[in-house]
Amino acid sequence: MAHRTPLAKVRGLGSAREGTGHFWRQRVTAVSNLFLVCFLIFLVVKLAGQDHATVRAALAHPLYAIPILLLVISGVVHMRLGMQTIIEDYVHSEGRKVAALMRNSFFAIAVGLTCAFAVAKLSFGS
Amino acid sequence: MSHSKPVERPLSPHLGIYRMQINMVMSIVHRITGSALYFGTVLLAAWLISAALGPDAFAFVNGLFAHPLGKFVLFGYSWALLHHMLGGIRHLIWDTGRAMSPRASDALGWLTIIGSVTLTGLLWLVALSQRGGI
Repeated sequence: MAHRTPLAKVRGLGSAREGTGHFWRQRVTAVSNLFLVCFLIFLVVKLAGQDHATVRAALAHPLYAIPILLLVISGVVHMRLGMQTIIEDYVHSEGRKVAALMRNSFFAIAVGLTCAFAVAKLSFGS
Repeated sequence: MSHSKPVERPLSPHLGIYRMQINMVMSIVHRITGSALYFGTVLLAAWLISAALGPDAFAFVNGLFAHPLGKFVLFGYSWALLHHMLGGIRHLIWDTGRAMSPRASDALGWLTIIGSVTLTGLLWLVALSQRGGI
């Protein structure tokens, strides 16, 4: 006991037994989103109203494609955690809560994969 | 665990009893904008996938965004994004233990809403001016 750090006390706590994992991932992705969302705004303003060929060429460029992929991953993780908190706050019946948490994960993964697939197809596909 | 009859206990004061304060409004708006951004990611997915599918799909999605209703949704989305971002910065500041006094946290609340409205206005001014207006 003498050598236990405060960290050991919080590991594995919480209703999902994941300790501070949720809180910390929310913060890490919040910080990465700060930078990546600024990039997204720059990208959308730059490409708004441009024709398909221009947009396609821009999105396929690694300098754009990689930050978009980073944004998608960071954003989707962040929003899934946030919606999980909202569900846990407002949905009290166990069955409906579990179903809502599942839908939350399905939605986040579906959106993330759709975006990632689109960027991959723009970069590598014909 | 025995399931005895729940005892009627006094409840702690909830939303209805408090005067509206900037902090509680910003907290509620942070949650609402977060939810809006959540569902709004479909817009980004639609834009990317249409660009990947080809000129026809891209023109269709762009047409939806160019429609007055689509533009209104995009405008709202950009405000929600900037508001949630500034609100998030506020939370990160609080995470360090700073600006916790009523005065400072109220000030941060006002900065969040004033900042998000101002930045959204500036963003659309830049976006529209670079395209010569639409």
